[in-house]
Amino acid sequence: MTLRTEPVVVSIGPHHPSTHGVFRMRLTFDGENIIDAEPVIGYLHRGTEKLAEERQYTQVITLTDRLDYVSSMTSNQAFVLSCEKLIGLEVPDRGMYLRVIASELQRIVSHLIGVGFFLQELGGFGGTALMYAFRERERILDLFEMLCGARITVSYSRIGGVFADAPADFWPALRRVLDDMPGYTDELEALVFESEIVQSRTKGVSPIDPVLAVNASLTGPVLRASGVAWDWRKAAPYDVYDRVDFDVPVGANGDNYDRFWVRIQEVRQSLRIVEQCIEQIEPGPVRATDAMLFRPPPGDSYVPTESPKGELGFYLVSDGSIAPYRCHVRAPSFINLSLFKEMLVGWKLADAIVSLGSLDFNMGEVDR
Amino acid sequence: MGGGLEGNAIYRAVYGLVVDTLGWASWLAYFIAAMVIILIVVNGVLVLGTLYTWFERRVLGRFQGRLGPNRTGPFGLLQPIADALKLMFKEDIVPRGADRLVFSLAPIVMLVPTLLVLAIIPFGRGSFLADLNIGVLYIAAVGGITTVAVLMAGYASANKFATFGSMRAVAMVVSYEIPLVMALLGVTVLAASMSMVAVVEAQHLPYLLVAPLGAGVFLVAISAELNRNPFDVLEAESELVAGYLTEYSGMKYGVFMLAEFTNTIVAGAIFAVLFLQGWQWTVLSPLGSQVGFLGFLDTGVVRQIESHFWFLFKVGLFAFAATWVRATLPRLRIDQILSLAWKVLFPLSLLNVLVLAVEVIVWPEPSVGDLAIMAAINWPVAGAAFFVAARLVSLGTRAPGLGVGAAVGVR
Amino acid sequence: MTTAVTGHELADALRERFGEAVVDSTDGAVWIAPAAIAGVCAFLREDEAHDYALLSSLTAVDYVEYFEVVYRLTSLSRNAMTVLKVRVPGRDGPSLPTVTPVWRGAELQEREVWDLMGVSFDGHPNLKRLLTWEGFEGHPLRRDYLEPPLPYTWPHGG
Repeated sequence: MTLRTEPVVVSIGPHHPSTHGVFRMRLTFDGENIIDAEPVIGYLHRGTEKLAEERQYTQVITLTDRLDYVSSMTSNQAFVLSCEKLIGLEVPDRGMYLRVIASELQRIVSHLIGVGFFLQELGGFGGTALMYAFRERERILDLFEMLCGARITVSYSRIGGVFADAPADFWPALRRVLDDMPGYTDELEALVFESEIVQSRTKGVSPIDPVLAVNASLTGPVLRASGVAWDWRKAAPYDVYDRVDFDVPVGANGDNYDRFWVRIQEVRQSLRIVEQCIEQIEPGPVRATDAMLFRPPPGDSYVPTESPKGELGFYLVSDGSIAPYRCHVRAPSFINLSLFKEMLVGWKLADAIVSLGSLDFNMGEVDR
Repeated sequence: MGGGLEGNAIYRAVYGLVVDTLGWASWLAYFIAAMVIILIVVNGVLVLGTLYTWFERRVLGRFQGRLGPNRTGPFGLLQPIADALKLMFKEDIVPRGADRLVFSLAPIVMLVPTLLVLAIIPFGRGSFLADLNIGVLYIAAVGGITTVAVLMAGYASANKFATFGSMRAVAMVVSYEIPLVMALLGVTVLAASMSMVAVVEAQHLPYLLVAPLGAGVFLVAISAELNRNPFDVLEAESELVAGYLTEYSGMKYGVFMLAEFTNTIVAGAIFAVLFLQGWQWTVLSPLGSQVGFLGFLDTGVVRQIESHFWFLFKVGLFAFAATWVRATLPRLRIDQILSLAWKVLFPLSLLNVLVLAVEVIVWPEPSVGDLAIMAAINWPVAGAAFFVAARLVSLGTRAPGLGVGAAVGVR
Repeated sequence: MTTAVTGHELADALRERFGEAVVDSTDGAVWIAPAAIAGVCAFLREDEAHDYALLSSLTAVDYVEYFEVVYRLTSLSRNAMTVLKVRVPGRDGPSLPTVTPVWRGAELQEREVWDLMGVSFDGHPNLKRLLTWEGFEGHPLRRDYLEPPLPYTWPHGG
């Protein structure tokens, strides 16, 4: 007797516990195996690029907060760097150091959330790993609150520097966090990478070939996990990244395991960078100009930066007015979805969820 | 039928009250007294199951560095009641396209086997509803029914997630029933009886110590049967939303959850009876099984109450361990779960039965000393077996047939 | 530090091979004729002297008289970056060849450009709406786009 079988199409999302917001994937199953996959996005499209065309440059900074909302410091930084390039503005040292400190702390936050949700998607732990990751995240968000009064939508970087100098009690608080973070990182790493089940679930799953990864414009930890040592902080150092010493961790197999291993290692490197910044930073002005109106000459500019998700850059076209003529966001989360189908087809539903988590995308940035 | 209710103090009190004071017929007295006992047992266990929801959330909270429910009543103890009230007042939605009858029947089918198992659990010294001479077999038989409920729920929901969940459940239970029954067989061989009471009385040493292999296999298999971590693939929230429970709401959902938590308590009771000496307490007592912790108050009533306490304590230990596992382990994938059952647990359970059978031939009616010798043999055997199994069987991932990246031409 | 390959340098290198297809160049970019863009991109990726393996970004700007599609290429081996631009004239149905066969990463970005700007890419494997929904009218990032009056709303929405 032969049983008649047929493929099942399951729409996972836009409301699903593990699709990082309102992402939808249209999966075709043969039993538990995926035979076709298609990403469906746009549920969180807010027209950021269109909105930016109607606002002054300084007002667009607040829009960038809402792109990658778990990593707004780096979005702010990428945008203001592009603005500064339009007019060739020099930023005072202290401002650049504060930006780098804030961005690296933000990178730690973003990677913690990435790893936390990765473990949540592996299932089980009853949420333990996620709670651990969030515990450390809270402390860093408290630091942001001291810097600029906000925790998520910070708008800390401004054209020509940062919003304000750090208060006096910021530095001891930062010191305490820096002293505790290596221990926390070890703890999380032990929880994740020494667990037999985590290894059997993630090693060798959804590997991405390095050539294919580059061809598909993947950037950030996803690219580095495939063995391509490409980091814009090294390749084209912006702010003060050329004055600090750090390594670019690179994975070997490009599988789910490596994608998270790379993120944990980057947390350590970020801590190194912050330590060096604290040593090097000197008193001085934090902002080049207090001009309220920013009116660049006609032209265009693009500064690639390394956000926690990958290459983030703002392509600004100026027509000489106070608002950008065109503001295109090169969103790493969005472009990292390019290999969605290749990563998922042939694996099981449980793997698909984890692979999706390993891309660590953020719907605010995917849909813009 | 083996023993009856005659040894039970409550039964005797009610029976005596009805026959002597009211002067009613003895069959009616038997009926009333039995119903009173059943009422106490069923409600007691359901309350325990409800309390376990609170317990799990509190303990899980502690594991995760937070508080857990602490606002309703002292220590949040009234939280289960608040939850139940909320569920009762929720709208009871049956999805369009659902098989209404099966959909409504599934929660009941889920809860009933849980309660049926209670019939043969000895809760304390001389405190049980029935002493079936096929008690161990009865557990295996009744326990399998819950799968039917899951399948019913998954099928009737007309939801793809629910179907996925219930299909996984069937695949899993078909695999895990076998090691589970094999582990039970080991206990039966040791005790030379299938009666639960006889099993408890035969445990001069806890069978957890005597047959570690069987206990280990049983623990893994029962977690799979209970759909608890790391085997909770059928309601894996990160993959299947809520699996077979996706379409359930209101009190039907409540009954499912109640059944699930009560199942854990009942599984703890089964484990306590089969592997932890049930109501006895001898591990700390050098004088053997006949003297309890409160041995100096060696009167019948005190010892009976004390035995209930020990039993509950062991169930609590199991519940705590279950929560601990939940907070520590991630979930396995369905194919890994199945290979664990067939490649690891099944051979180990066979080995367990084989070794125990040989030992029982050597020591036909084992005393404490004989059991200790058995334990001394079985622990190294178990360790070696686990080591070999870990070496031979890999749960790691192999690349699937469809090539990753094959779909696009890359230079 | 990443070398920014100026448009003039790149234009000189490309003129040998593509001749008239290289329309114009400035310090910042090279302008390529629409029909030749796929060939130029394939050459820049394959040729070892260029080796632009990574398509950093692909976007479009609406200059009302024409659309300008911007290709930002990165060479990982040479740590160099350059910009190609293509002027696509016309308001209804401007089109140019796709570069998806050259760079897999162009697929989603070209879909986005089609969705928001209305520049279509010939030969694209799956040119559908991306951020807006199927059946959406118009291309919202165009300068002359006007939001249609209510009751035009999300399907099945309020």
